[in-house]
Amino acid sequence: MDFNFTPEQEALRQEFEEYFSQKEKEAPEGWFTAKIDYCYEHDEAWEFHRKIGKELGKKGWLSLPWPKELGGKGFGQQEQMIFQEIRAYHRIPGFDPGPVVAAAGVLERGTEEQKKKWLPQIASGETTWTEGWSEPDSGSDLASITATTGVLDGDDWVINGQKLWTTGAHRCSHMILLARTDPEAPKHKGITYFLTPMDVPGIEIRPVLRMYGGHSYNEVFFDNFRVPRKNVIGEENQGWYVLMAGMDFERTGVAFVAETRRDFDELISFVKEHGFDGRTPGEAAVVRHKLAQCQIELEIWRQWAYYVAWLQTKGVRVPGESSAVKRVGSELMIKISQVGLEVLGMYGPIKADSKWARLHGSFEYACQHDLGMTIAGGTTEIQRNLIAWMELELPRK
Amino acid sequence: MNLDFTEDEDLIRSISRDFLEKEFSKELVRELEDDPKGYSPQVWQKMAELGWMGMLIPEQYGGIDGNFMQLVVLLEEMERACMGGPFFDTTLCTTAILDAGSEDQKNHFLPQIAEGKMILSLALTEPVPRFDAEGITIKAEPDGDEFIISGTKMFVQDAQIADYLLCVTRTDSSAKPGKGITLFLVDARSPGIQITPLHTISHEHQNEVVLENVRVPKANMLGELNQGWPVIEKMLQKAIIAKCAEMNGGEDWVVAESVAYAKERVQYGKPIGSYQIIQHYLADMWTDAGMGKRFTYYAAWKIDQGLPLAMEASIAKAFVSDAYNHSSRMGIQIHGALGTTRDHDMGLYYQRARQVWPLFGDPDFHREKIAQLMGI
Repeated sequence: MDFNFTPEQEALRQEFEEYFSQKEKEAPEGWFTAKIDYCYEHDEAWEFHRKIGKELGKKGWLSLPWPKELGGKGFGQQEQMIFQEIRAYHRIPGFDPGPVVAAAGVLERGTEEQKKKWLPQIASGETTWTEGWSEPDSGSDLASITATTGVLDGDDWVINGQKLWTTGAHRCSHMILLARTDPEAPKHKGITYFLTPMDVPGIEIRPVLRMYGGHSYNEVFFDNFRVPRKNVIGEENQGWYVLMAGMDFERTGVAFVAETRRDFDELISFVKEHGFDGRTPGEAAVVRHKLAQCQIELEIWRQWAYYVAWLQTKGVRVPGESSAVKRVGSELMIKISQVGLEVLGMYGPIKADSKWARLHGSFEYACQHDLGMTIAGGTTEIQRNLIAWMELELPRK
Repeated sequence: MNLDFTEDEDLIRSISRDFLEKEFSKELVRELEDDPKGYSPQVWQKMAELGWMGMLIPEQYGGIDGNFMQLVVLLEEMERACMGGPFFDTTLCTTAILDAGSEDQKNHFLPQIAEGKMILSLALTEPVPRFDAEGITIKAEPDGDEFIISGTKMFVQDAQIADYLLCVTRTDSSAKPGKGITLFLVDARSPGIQITPLHTISHEHQNEVVLENVRVPKANMLGELNQGWPVIEKMLQKAIIAKCAEMNGGEDWVVAESVAYAKERVQYGKPIGSYQIIQHYLADMWTDAGMGKRFTYYAAWKIDQGLPLAMEASIAKAFVSDAYNHSSRMGIQIHGALGTTRDHDMGLYYQRARQVWPLFGDPDFHREKIAQLMGI
């Protein structure tokens, strides 16, 4: 085995490092997170996100692993992983589901014409993308969607119904939309996958506020919302398989590792500076060991994420490994947010806007925000089911 | 980056798995539990012929010049087979001789080790067992061309069959703990050595070794006077990664066996593996085992590269010990009452996980070490 990166990859790492450390200096005052939801929630953060997104587009860094002839850099998953790791460690946003999810659908199943139409606007960072997937009665069992329907009318599909948990819908220019287009077919075979702009008549977006008041989630209502037939990716009624084909695309979660590592590093620096003031030696020992346990799990998670990236580099399908990296990582993010809050003691719950806030209130935010990590993108329970079914081949019935 | 095994490593895995399945059955494991020697000399000799004892030894000393990653593969397979015995300590002491031994010592010891003709045991811990320099209190006093060692070493693995003990002694009590320690290769049959077996949960043959005015020639000093601790520290990091490799191999067996049983065992008309709670137990056991393995490979690679690994060694031991303890306990749970019996092999792994738990520092010890390394 060889855990070293190539000299070319090291050079690329250096280039990313220089750029993102510079961007960190340009971030708005008190900037404390790489989380995209934070950008959806705050105007100033959204402006920063957009500015970075366009810069990344100009550099060609939104399309690192796409083939060169389609506007990419032709790199592999490892280069993409290095990019995501450094970007997230420096808490720089600018990267939404567009370059990964929407692009994956087009790259895997799009026509030549669709590739020409969609890929340049994703790669340039001019468009921003939200996922119109979940519905009130379809979360973990996503293939069961029925609330949003599409009926063909001439050259358009006419969309009616409702989506829920549509993250960033109020900010984004475009949506990756799944709708039930054949109610008679088995559930996986009656869904169509659309790419659509949001500035079309017949759409209404209502906020669903997080417990801390943040507006990142939405419910989205469609009333005779028209999507041209040419915006269907893959075959009509085969949208589930378009979605699945894109799912193996960049699933290492290494950005989450790096983002969490950064929060944790700051927590450790804080403890080094302030010690465990106000705690007895016995209490301090317990807290130290909790921090050590977080360090253990973070490093174990990081090596596993690299391993998943390596398997993807080889083109191996890794349902078990990628479910494991998601399950473990999302649970650890929540754990570290709780430990951080605990370490900061009475100061932990103080919000960012107070002069008494510690670490810009980042753990007060993270311990609420990160609860979504074990839910979105396949709950922690679903990830375990997938490992049991796909990897261990345990019976479903 | 290339995280695949080499062809050599794949070969070591397949050869060792075949060999151990044929030569080291679970029946033999149980026979050896109460055997006073605690190992099979016949199997030992065959292992030497396969080059296992010489894995880390350069060809010039009769070894096969392998690397640590290859050893890791072999150790995974050994634990799968529940192979205890003198291989681990002998290999461990070999790394110390390679690291600190004189040319004469290497020429004397290494070829015999590689041939399977010499067994070594590490005599490190004492009645107050610690894995840091302060734990070393037994004294070696110079006397002409010899040193005289007196005191008690504990938990000495396979001392009952050892030819030499790698004895860690204090030679300067006024210096800082890590600065006054000297290593000796002590002939285990020297006058004044009394070996008393301890009976352990996994039937590993550990011993109390009492040394009373044991005379050791100066020529058997390993490394420099008072400079022994850094050698032991380096050896302990390798020992930890090697133990983790073993534990990972054990976990692999536990997971595979438990998955197979969950597919077979039917209750309420369905295999228990169709129930979600059993699926989730198994999914987590599989994940822990995989993550522990991957981290261990990373640490083994660092050893082969000569890179420092204090942090990685502590992370690995804490994580893998916790994981092996947990998965071997859940393996019993999934097997129901059958798992708690002597008729089933799952108990062997449960016992072995608990045997190695405190060895080279338990997870609490390593969490403390990690906290110190982080500077908090």
